Amino acid sequence: MISLRRRYIRDNIMLTLIILNTIVILIPLFIIIVYVIAKGFDAISLDLFTKELGSPTRAMMGEPTGLVHTMIGTVVVDLIAVLIAIPFGVGAGVMLSEYPDHWANPVLRVLNDTLNGMPAVLKGLLAFTLVVKPMGTFSGLSGGVALAFVMFPIIARATESALMNIPWSIREAGLAIGLPRWRVILSTIIPAAKVGLVTGFLIAFARAAGEAAPLVFTSFGNNYLPIKWTGWFMGPVDTLPQRLYNLAISPYEHWHDMGWAAAIVLLAVIIASFIVARFVIRDKK
Amino acid sequence: MKTKDKHNFTPSALYGWLGDRIFSSTIFVLGFIVIFTTIAMAVSLYFSGSEAISKFGFFGFMTGRVWDAAISMEFGTWPFIVGTLVTSLAALALSFLPAVAIAIFTAEYAPKWLGYIIENLVNLIAAVPSVVIGIWGIFVFTPWVRDSVYMPIYLWSLENAPSLTPILGNPAGYGMLTATVILTIMIIPFTTALACDSFRMVPKEQREAASALGATKWEVIRMAVIPYSRGGILAGAMLSLGRAIGETMAVAMLIGNKNTLPFTVFGPGSTMASVIVNEFREAVENIHLASLMAVGFYLFLISLAVNLIAAWIQRKYSATGGRAV
Amino acid sequence: MVNNEHLIENKIRLETIDLSVYYGQNPGVKNVSLQVFDKQVTAFIGPSGCGKTTFLRALNRMHDLTRGAKVTGKALIDGKDIYDPKIDPVTIRRKIGMVFQKPTPFPTMSIYDNVVAGLKLVGIRDKKLLDEVCERSLRQSALWEEVKDRLKSPGGSLSGGQQQRLSIARALAVEPEVLLMDEPTSSLDPQSTNRIEELIGELKHQVTIIIVTHNMQQASRVSDNTAFFYIGNLIEYNKTTKIFTNPDQKRTEEYITGQFG
Repeated sequence: MISLRRRYIRDNIMLTLIILNTIVILIPLFIIIVYVIAKGFDAISLDLFTKELGSPTRAMMGEPTGLVHTMIGTVVVDLIAVLIAIPFGVGAGVMLSEYPDHWANPVLRVLNDTLNGMPAVLKGLLAFTLVVKPMGTFSGLSGGVALAFVMFPIIARATESALMNIPWSIREAGLAIGLPRWRVILSTIIPAAKVGLVTGFLIAFARAAGEAAPLVFTSFGNNYLPIKWTGWFMGPVDTLPQRLYNLAISPYEHWHDMGWAAAIVLLAVIIASFIVARFVIRDKK
Repeated sequence: MKTKDKHNFTPSALYGWLGDRIFSSTIFVLGFIVIFTTIAMAVSLYFSGSEAISKFGFFGFMTGRVWDAAISMEFGTWPFIVGTLVTSLAALALSFLPAVAIAIFTAEYAPKWLGYIIENLVNLIAAVPSVVIGIWGIFVFTPWVRDSVYMPIYLWSLENAPSLTPILGNPAGYGMLTATVILTIMIIPFTTALACDSFRMVPKEQREAASALGATKWEVIRMAVIPYSRGGILAGAMLSLGRAIGETMAVAMLIGNKNTLPFTVFGPGSTMASVIVNEFREAVENIHLASLMAVGFYLFLISLAVNLIAAWIQRKYSATGGRAV
Repeated sequence: MVNNEHLIENKIRLETIDLSVYYGQNPGVKNVSLQVFDKQVTAFIGPSGCGKTTFLRALNRMHDLTRGAKVTGKALIDGKDIYDPKIDPVTIRRKIGMVFQKPTPFPTMSIYDNVVAGLKLVGIRDKKLLDEVCERSLRQSALWEEVKDRLKSPGGSLSGGQQQRLSIARALAVEPEVLLMDEPTSSLDPQSTNRIEELIGELKHQVTIIIVTHNMQQASRVSDNTAFFYIGNLIEYNKTTKIFTNPDQKRTEEYITGQFG
């Protein structure tokens, strides 16, 4: 027999352990955020947004360097990724949700889930084989493709989820008034699922925006701004996550400082995406 | 579905029928490309790596312990497989109880507002990009852990347990243990999120049945909530494991990059993902590049295996007998 | 006021004095005073939302687990107020057990483990004792013959009626003084319902039973005394045969003749 008192003591010990555990796990998070903000803030300057990187000597000689080419490159590559990922992701999601009788549906679901669980580095290798090799060069385009591979499975799953949440009665109502199936989907279901779709997209975007591994093999990186505007698509391009990696492992202290600046900018972008996502949800509730 | 009356060419019928055809065809094409992408990944990795796989043999390459890109051009992925499995499984083991504990606190004990905050903080851990954790790891964590943890233990072992020292290895800061600890923190959110969802889905009646027997709060959790959520908790753990196996950047930045076994506790190591990233830029020789691609292929296989095992475990252990989550 | 001169009386086991239950500001049950007698079946009847379940749950302090619920008044078991702040609800719930509308075996536990779950809570580990209690409880709930060869199979593998008898066995294993039953047969088929009603007839010799039911015929079949609730108030409490043949209150008569549901 265990006395009631002992049972309560055990209860309290468990609660204490659980609370301690929670605090201990959250401590590293706070430390990381604090460091990134503190060191990143210090390293931010106007130059960061207006100058390009150049060779290490530039920094060592004290000449102005920055990451403007990185910022623009990130926007270019992310934009390409979004333009590719949205049609495929939403399309796959619509197929999963609205055409459940299609024979390929279970295959699609399994493979999409598999793709979702695949390391991003492998998606980079795929983009390397499909785009970089044929093109003969690293490029912003291949970087966009690689990030699209990261994004679209997430978008597909979120789309399917959002569409499945819309009750069947809405589809029935649309069909009953004579709308063809494609109109029902495009004009009634998808707008109704707006919130879920936008949120899914933002989450996919935040995920992909932080990935460096796929970009190392595709957009590769560049210390300079491209000469022609086509250089953003056809030639190697710098992006924040990949540049952060390069700066951090480089042997130059000035570049380490810039790495922190890149980190805070990257973190800001991602947190902004999540805040926007929260906003979108709250708005429609 | 509207009947496809092909002889009715009135505009409205065309609008319906043609519209449906075009739309659904487009959707199917988009969906099929998703299917092909997955297949393309397997195929392209295999073919790109085929030069290495055929040269060293499927099992030969997998179990080969030598990775020499400089002189002999002999490659084998065994050290990287060991590195991946050791760091990932260790991270899973270390992160499991803490992750579940946080989920228990959030779902069962904390008042709503606190639970909301903690849940978001935990998700924030997952949202921080790997490279950001990497740079923090390099400049903040590694020096600290080297001076406060590794060095003292290493020096102690030199004096008091010299046989332990070779197992501990070089306490430089970068290495297997550092990578494992960072991985542990990074994968906690996945187990916690799924466990938390599972706890919230436990029917009220189960809890009430336990309370009605005279169970204390913790006893209700232990007796009714946790067992019922088995499937979800395990699914979360498998998801965490999958993430650990594929985690690239933070590991690459912190693991010290040694390509040969044996690995030591403090000393440098390598994983499949980290070696691909670290050596890709320098891979000039075709056989080197092919070998890296082949490593990618084996990583694909391991990831796939973990995914499938995860689905199987979840089905088998779910209390509700099906897709519990 | 409640006219109960015809109640079948015995020793008083459970008694409430002006018991009320509030959800936030809304009263679910208002000033109910009644006495439940030893080794009898007492039924609570009334239309949906009348408070009969709310009142039942106050008797083993289940409302403690609901945020925003408040109980005032007294509930005495064998003379002691269960709402006395010095008393721990956990101990009350061993004396006053409960069976719910939905059968709730713990799905990951075997039949055996389900039955002895309450015993293991207080740390009883003696296998022989557990085996004895398991068999006794399953016999009491008329389930022993059906499951004695597969005590190790999962609790969820039984049919609905069997699961409910398992839940009853589990509640009986800790030897409560009073067993509260909240619509125990409403999710079961007629055959299972029959078996459980027979069971109640046998069990009442060992344990005092209070049963909430929306099925009037069931109340008239199984219970000795019946209490009729309406909009949170106790309207009439009397011997069952009297309630159903010649009730004192007009409302009661309207209810049992089906004038409202």
